[in-house]
Parts: sequence; C-alpha cells; structure tokens
Amino acid sequence: MITFTINGQEVQGQDGWTILEVARWHGIDIPTLCHYEAVEPYGACRLCVVEVDDGKRSRVVISCMYPIRSGIQVKTDSPRVANVRRWIVQLLLDESPGAPKIQELAKAFRVTPSRFKKEGVEFACHLCGLCIRACQEVVGVQALTFGNRGVLKEVTAPYHQRSTDCIRCGTCLYVCPTGAMEQLFPQVSAP
Amino acid sequence: MQITSIDDLQKAKGVGLAQLYPDKPKILVGMATCGLAAGAQKVYDFLSKKAQDAHWGGVVEKTGCIGFCYKEPLVDAILPGQPRVTYEQVTPEIAGALWEELAAGKIPEKQVMARIDVDDMILNGGPRKFYKGKLKGFLAKTPRYEDLDFFKLQRHIAMRNCGFIDPDNLLHYIARGGYFALYNALTAMTPDEVIAAVTTAGLRGRGGGGFPTGVKWASCRKAKGWPKYVLCNADEGDPGAYMDRSLIEGDPHSILEGMLIGAYAIGSSEGYIYVRAEYPLAVKTLQRAIFAAREAGLLGQNILGTGFSFDIKLNLGGGAFVCGESTALMASIEGKPGEPRAKYVHTVDKGLWDRPSNLNNVETWANVPVIIAKGADWYRDTGTEGSKGTKIFSLVGQVKNVGLVEVPMGVSIKDLVMEVGGGVPENREFKAIQIGGPSGGCIPKEHWGLPIDFDSLWDAGAIMGSGGMIVMDNSTCMVDVAKFFLDFLIDESCGKCIPCRLGLKRMREILEEFSAGKGSLEDLEELQSLSEAVKDGSLCALGGSAPNPVLTTLRYFRDEYEAHILQGKCPAAVCKDLITYSINPELCNGCTACVNECPQGAITGTKKEPHTLNASLCIKCGACFEVCKFGAVAVA
Repeated sequence: MITFTINGQEVQGQDGWTILEVARWHGIDIPTLCHYEAVEPYGACRLCVVEVDDGKRSRVVISCMYPIRSGIQVKTDSPRVANVRRWIVQLLLDESPGAPKIQELAKAFRVTPSRFKKEGVEFACHLCGLCIRACQEVVGVQALTFGNRGVLKEVTAPYHQRSTDCIRCGTCLYVCPTGAMEQLFPQVSAP
Repeated sequence: MQITSIDDLQKAKGVGLAQLYPDKPKILVGMATCGLAAGAQKVYDFLSKKAQDAHWGGVVEKTGCIGFCYKEPLVDAILPGQPRVTYEQVTPEIAGALWEELAAGKIPEKQVMARIDVDDMILNGGPRKFYKGKLKGFLAKTPRYEDLDFFKLQRHIAMRNCGFIDPDNLLHYIARGGYFALYNALTAMTPDEVIAAVTTAGLRGRGGGGFPTGVKWASCRKAKGWPKYVLCNADEGDPGAYMDRSLIEGDPHSILEGMLIGAYAIGSSEGYIYVRAEYPLAVKTLQRAIFAAREAGLLGQNILGTGFSFDIKLNLGGGAFVCGESTALMASIEGKPGEPRAKYVHTVDKGLWDRPSNLNNVETWANVPVIIAKGADWYRDTGTEGSKGTKIFSLVGQVKNVGLVEVPMGVSIKDLVMEVGGGVPENREFKAIQIGGPSGGCIPKEHWGLPIDFDSLWDAGAIMGSGGMIVMDNSTCMVDVAKFFLDFLIDESCGKCIPCRLGLKRMREILEEFSAGKGSLEDLEELQSLSEAVKDGSLCALGGSAPNPVLTTLRYFRDEYEAHILQGKCPAAVCKDLITYSINPELCNGCTACVNECPQGAITGTKKEPHTLNASLCIKCGACFEVCKFGAVAVA
C-alpha cells in the first residue's frame, strides 16, 4: 500500500493506481470529461488536473494518469488547479454552449459564455477520444480514428471512408459526453 | 577501408591526414545549406571543372559551414606552406578571378575575408600551424579569423570539424581524432566510467530542457527491459534555428560517434536518428555517413574488434514540429500519429515500443566524443557553474552578422549581439531578443547583461531552447511578435489536449483585439491567467511553453500592450489598424515613385508637386513608405 495525502487527508492506494482512482475510492471529487473506467486513460481534457508536491517541486499534473507515490501531497483545488479548470470549462462552453454535460460543468464552475462563443453550434466534438477508445478497446474494431491535427483535428473513420468495420453497436453514441457523435455517426458508419 | 582494430584506425588517420592536408594546393567550398542557398554549387562546379580541364595538381573539395552564413558562399584556399585564406561572397565570376591566380600558384587578394594560421585540431594532439616564418604582403594585414569580431568570443567544440573536413569523408573525420574516443571508451573504460565522465563534465541536454545527460544515461542503464534504444533528435523545427542542420551537414560522424559511446554506456545495440525530412541535404549526409561507417565496420557487429555491436537507422519525420517532443517523436518512429503522451513514467523506463529509450539532441551527441577524448575536467573548464561547455546559437533577425555561433556558456546577450553579431543594422536600436524559439521568451535590453546559461535564462522567463536567437529592433511590435509565435504554435499543435488546442486559439483572439486597439486592462489580466492555465494544463512541452512569448512580452513590455489598448497606438508602427500613413508636403519633392507604387491609387499628385494621400483608400501596405527615398512618407 502507498500512503500519501489528498487535501491534507491521509489516503492509501495500491501500487499502480492513479491519483484519480484513489480520490474516487475515498469519495473525493475530481471532475473529468475524457475519463471512463472501461477504457485506458488518454489525458486530453485536462479537467482532472491536481497539484502535486513531491517534496522537490510542486506541479500541476493530470490525476487520471499520474501514478501514486508515497509521501506526495496532492491538492485538488489549489488556485493553479482552479485556474486551469475554469479556463477549460470556459473554452469548452464557448465551443459548444448547448451540450448538457458542458452546461453542468459551467454551472458548477460559475462560467458563462464569453464574447468569443461560437454561434450556431450546439454540440461540438471535444476530441476527448472516448468514442475511438471505446470502439477499439471495448468493441474491438477500428471503425473510428482521429484525422488531421491541431485546430483541424477531427474524429473520423479511417481514410475518411465510411467504415465497413462498424457493427453499429452504438457504444460510441453511449460514451460521447457532448452528444456530437449523434451528428457524426451517419458520416463514419457505412450503411 | 575496413577499420576493425586500433591499428586500422591509426592507419586510417594517417591516410585521412594526408588527404586533409596534402602536399598540394587545395580549394574548399562551403557547401552546407547556407552556402548552397547563396550559390555555392555553381562556384564548386565551376572550380572543379577548371581544375579538371587544366589538369591542376591540387584538389577542390566541399566542406560544411564554419558559421559565417551571411558571407556565403565561402571559399578557402590552402597552398602548401601558407596560411589558409578565406574568401567571402564568392560568385562564379569572382571564383574565375580567384582561380586564375591560384592556378598560377599565387594567393589572390580579392574578396579576402580572413586567414587561418592554425588549425587547433582539439582532438588530435593539438594545433597544427599552416606555415613557418613571417607573413608578407597583404596576408600580414589580413585579420586572423579568431580576431574577427564574429569569431573573437567563439569556441568551436561541437563544431570542431565544421568547415574543416569533407563531411562525406570518414577518413577526414578520423584524421582529426574521430572514433578514437569510441575506441578509448570501449577498451579502457567501463560503461559506468563513461557515464561518470559525462556526469562530471556537466553536460546538459542541448535540445532545450537542459537535463543532465549523465543522469539520463544512468537511469536508462538502470532501467529494466530489453532491447534498449539510443535515439538522436534531429527534428529541429524552431523558426530561425538551424544549429542541428549545420552540425549534421558539416560533421555527421561526430553524432554517430557520440551515439556509439552512449549506446555502450547504456547497454544498447540499436539506435535511431529522427531527422526532419525538410532537411534534404542533412538526410543525405547522414545516410552517407551511416553507410560509410557501416562499410568500415564502425557500425554493426563487433565494432573495432571489441565485441560491442550497435547499428543506427534513420527515420524521416513527417513534418510536424511537435515530433521534436520526446514522446511524440517515439510515437512517430513507431508509425503512430505524432502525438505526445503524459510522461509520468519516463521514457528512459518506457519509451520507444515501451522499452527503455535514451533520447538526446544532435548537439549533445556531438559533444560526447570530446568529453571522452579530452576528459571531463577539460570540458568543465568552459562555461559557468551550472552550465558547462559551449552552446551553438543561430543568430538571426535584425543583426549585422547573421550566422551560426558557438560560444562558451555564460557569454552575455549583449556581447553576443553587439560583438559577435556586430549590432543592429542601419543605426536602429536593439529592443529585445527572442531566445529559445516559439517556446522561449523575449528578453529586453534592460536584461542584456544576463549571462546565457540554462538557469539564468529560465529565471528570466525564457529557455535556452535549441538555440535560436532572433534579434529584434525598435521597428518590431511586441504584440505582433507574440501573435507571430502563437500563429506558429496554433499551426503546429497536435490538438490532443484542450488547453493547447483551444487555449492558444483564444490567446490569439485576445491579441488580435489588442492589435486592433480594442480590449481593456481586464483583458490583459485574462490573457495573463489564460497563459498560466495553458502553461500548467497542457500535456506536453509544446503547450507548456507556448505562452512564454506572451508571458515575457507582458512582463517586459506591458507599456506597449497598454499603448495598444488605452491609447489605440502601436508604438512600433506595425499594427495596421492603429497606424496611418501621410505625406509630409515639406519633404515630398514630387518624384511620383509612391504614386506608381501604390496598389490602391490612394496617392495622387503631379510631378514636382507635393503629393497627397487619400486615407480612406489606403490599405496600409507600406509600399509608399518603402519606396520613398526622401523620408516624406510618415507613419503614425
């Protein structure tokens, strides 16, 4: 067992666990978006950031991938952490103001749409990659992938061809946190 | 020639020395990318043809870049018993004149830049003087290259062979002491001793982070897993930076030898060089070098008869800046999209194909043979307390002597810009220097006394980075600079994590408002807090350091931001929305040059009468400003 503290509270976890797993085990809330128990962590949304002091330095890390070490001091709500989260929610909200999950987060973080918000978009894909990971790791097919990069990055079927590998199981629709997959699905799955 | 023992190596050295300094005249043409861009190929072809046609007894050879990029094409002449003489900006016509005299056994005076009296050959038993006795005639008055302002503060350790050898000739490299360090390491040192030497030498990663190389090697050696990989990062992508390219093009074997020594120390038998495909000459040079080393037996099985085996594969990058980041680079070698991953488990434990992998930059590898050959103490003599050795910088931007410079750590920014760089051209004023590329920061004139080493740059908000230095003068707008680097990074972001993908875009949008004179002081605070969120929240070092140009310009040039926001003025007269062009009737003599140049027809006027500019038609392209010889076009 590895012992360390979260927000001053002493906690324990097993070797190989992440901070997020230990926190949830102890009922400590850390918000997440691209995390899902059934698939490997990916580290894209950065909403689950926490501040870790390992005695040498203090840095902001993502709790869904950071392996616990004994003696570390974790803060789940330090000013640096709060600043990162607030901005992530703000940026997401401006991208897709209508998505229920994002609205929920916005409410919790008291964030309102800014002057940069996108008009005419309700459910934008946030490239959290849950659909792709679920398709590959859970369903076992590769009907989905990322295409392009940077601001043009997208979820698509391999080679931009509607995928015949897709078995139309609907897993991707189920895990999608924004609802964007509903619009995307007809474009990636071969009829 | 097979080189499988120390005797072979000695023999190769003898042959190489005879080729390097033959008892006959020799002409060297600088043919790295900087030389080629200036037209060195034509000069080389011309001189080779002349030499061939005339059945000349001498040799015409190519070599790498010695650093003086803005004087390219450089041609060097070495006549037996005479100093090596360097000629600058040699066109084929000038080469014709040079050739006439050289063919007659004389040293030409035209276009002479400097002379080299001594080849210091740091790895091969010390200096070799080119001539005896006293110099006569113009040669006595020609400056020595180490006395030129550009070279005065320089010390070539990593670039020891650049401009001295033919990069495609393995024997030349061996002649200057190459591969002897490898032999020493393999036969006289244990892997731990090699690591100890590199650690004691204080070598820190030259790719930007400055992580102690010896510590990295030791962790990779200790890591469990097999096989282990030794990697070289040659995916140099910062705008304005080309140190690695020049090093590869001038001296590829120094990198191979460094990797061989590293592989021995770590316990690896397989290596990769990840080089960007946009460097065609560097790629070819590496291919030839790897091929030559393999042919000679210096790569492959049982190297130098010691039982040690190691081979290197070349991997061409797909053109993504982010692939210079270690985990993205490894993903790219694996054939996956070049996306970084979280590094909470270090790559020395789980890197390429989840095996222990040691990645170092080109320049780091090139330093390794020197440390082994000369000893850690020798290496420690150069540099500052926390940063040992030298660092190569590409000095570009608003500076007279544009080029590649290798200076000891600890040289001040001022000395680098004013002495080595020759100052800012056209009597403009030095304003700031961007160190470390788009991930680095802008350091203003108040801090130009700062010694350049890893730690003091970090404290100033910049990073050493790979070594790009962009000098800016008072015609540069800092808001515009911040926008430029953000544009680059938005373009190069892989898009995986939200702070980098969306955060940088938002920062850009806020800056766009500033340069249109909009925004408020609260927006400055917003920009600051967003920058910190992106810095803290991003997945990899690209996003983590992307806000640096914004943060440092905010820190050092806040007044300039405020001028944009509060007064709606761009002090450097760059931001188009905030400037107006007008014609001063007292200075305008009516030459009509601007009338003809204006694409909008916004300027009217008759010959010899002061012209007028219609501001409502003006698109602020600045063409009139550029073309006016009388300073009559005013920007405000």
